Amino acid sequence: MDAFPFLQPVPLTVTELTRYLRQLIEGDAAMQDVWVAGEVSNLSRPGSGHVYFTLKDSNAALRCVIWRSTAQRLRLSLQDGQAIEAHGYVGVYEAGGQYQLYTDAVRLAGEGLLFQEFLRLKARLEAEGLFDPARKRPIPARPRRIGIVTSPTGAALQDMLNTLRRRYPIVEVVVAPTPVQGEEAPGGIVAALADINRLAHPDVILLARGGGSIEDLWAFNDEAVARAIAASPAPVITGVGHETDFTIADFASDLRAPTPTAAAELATPNRADLLADLDQRSRRMERVARDVISRERWSLEERRGRLERASPISRVRSERQRLDEISFRLGAAMMHSLQLQRARIEGVRTRLAALSPLAILERGYALVSHKADGRLVTRVGQVSPGDALDVRVSDGSFAVHADGEASS
Amino acid sequence: MPELPPVDQLTYEQAFAELEKILAEIETEQRSLEETMALYERGQALVQHCANLLDKAELKVRQLSGEELVDYNPPD
Repeated sequence: MDAFPFLQPVPLTVTELTRYLRQLIEGDAAMQDVWVAGEVSNLSRPGSGHVYFTLKDSNAALRCVIWRSTAQRLRLSLQDGQAIEAHGYVGVYEAGGQYQLYTDAVRLAGEGLLFQEFLRLKARLEAEGLFDPARKRPIPARPRRIGIVTSPTGAALQDMLNTLRRRYPIVEVVVAPTPVQGEEAPGGIVAALADINRLAHPDVILLARGGGSIEDLWAFNDEAVARAIAASPAPVITGVGHETDFTIADFASDLRAPTPTAAAELATPNRADLLADLDQRSRRMERVARDVISRERWSLEERRGRLERASPISRVRSERQRLDEISFRLGAAMMHSLQLQRARIEGVRTRLAALSPLAILERGYALVSHKADGRLVTRVGQVSPGDALDVRVSDGSFAVHADGEASS
Repeated sequence: MPELPPVDQLTYEQAFAELEKILAEIETEQRSLEETMALYERGQALVQHCANLLDKAELKVRQLSGEELVDYNPPD
């Protein structure tokens, strides 16, 4: 039947077609970052936590999905019939054959205009230099007095007071109550900033408000509020809304904190840190005191030694020692001298012995003396015949008489 | 040394400032034992006083009311 079966195009599978469309849509940059305005209908929140709804206007409808993780972060609680603007990317859900808006942010209709206004004001004040980093004043490390400008009934005030109580209870707090949302809020905030500076002279001011919708926070995007912050004599820390909220007030302030609690934290040192710091200082003092004590002890020890050396007892001791020394030297000298004498005597005796007449007699000589008077006979003329004489030889003596004539 | 006020009459700021001064003095200058010990004792008393203030202080909160500063009463 088929005339040209070979020309019949090969059919695409449903999957192939769907994937082709998906690539077409998802490859279009304009579809990846888009805001869409419409009315919420068919809102459904199944147990999975994901949120499904349809955005529609008078002519068309668009399926939308918000994943659970994103849904938890949304500030806006969606309701059927609500006019909103949804942001996200358009993708294709292949299994359902549907294109849909994968939504990552939603806002009430009209917020887009507010945002435009916000950007214009921000640009203008920025150009004027109101946000200049050089204008920002330092936050004192240990404030004596903290001013708080906020609603007297909001949870934000209690959060801040609790934080201050926990971290730095010695600080003095002055609250300047003011409405922080609604028509009267901007004027109230401006007046509160001026009053608290004039009447309480705080070291730092916390300007804060808890989380809320963009409209709730709108007073913090007011030009007069921004100028009042910049003109405040005391530095201002802003803590407005949640971490993701940036207001003009945040840009104008000296320090932006993500939340009221964080503002109180940024304004104060932490008690635990202070106690640790005190402990460290105490130990530094102890170390110095110990050093001085040991220095003094050493110096005392040194003087005690000197004193001891100078004391009378020590004098006596050292004199005695000197005496001992001298007496020893004396003894030694005497011994020496004695030995010397002995040696000399020995020498003399030897020489004497050599000169002794007895020693000469030993060699055969004899000594002749008169018996009568012991006179030695050394000359012929001293002897007359008949004289009685003694002849002394080495081992004794014998008597003789002279009888002959003398000869010489 | 001039007569110093009793430690327990000082505010935290005053006590801390004096503590800083004492540390600077005893850490940089050679002083007699007597002076050092006097400064040390005063310093330790200041540390104790500061710690006590931190531990025992009750946050003092007031609020502006017209031109006046009045006691703050938390909402129930």
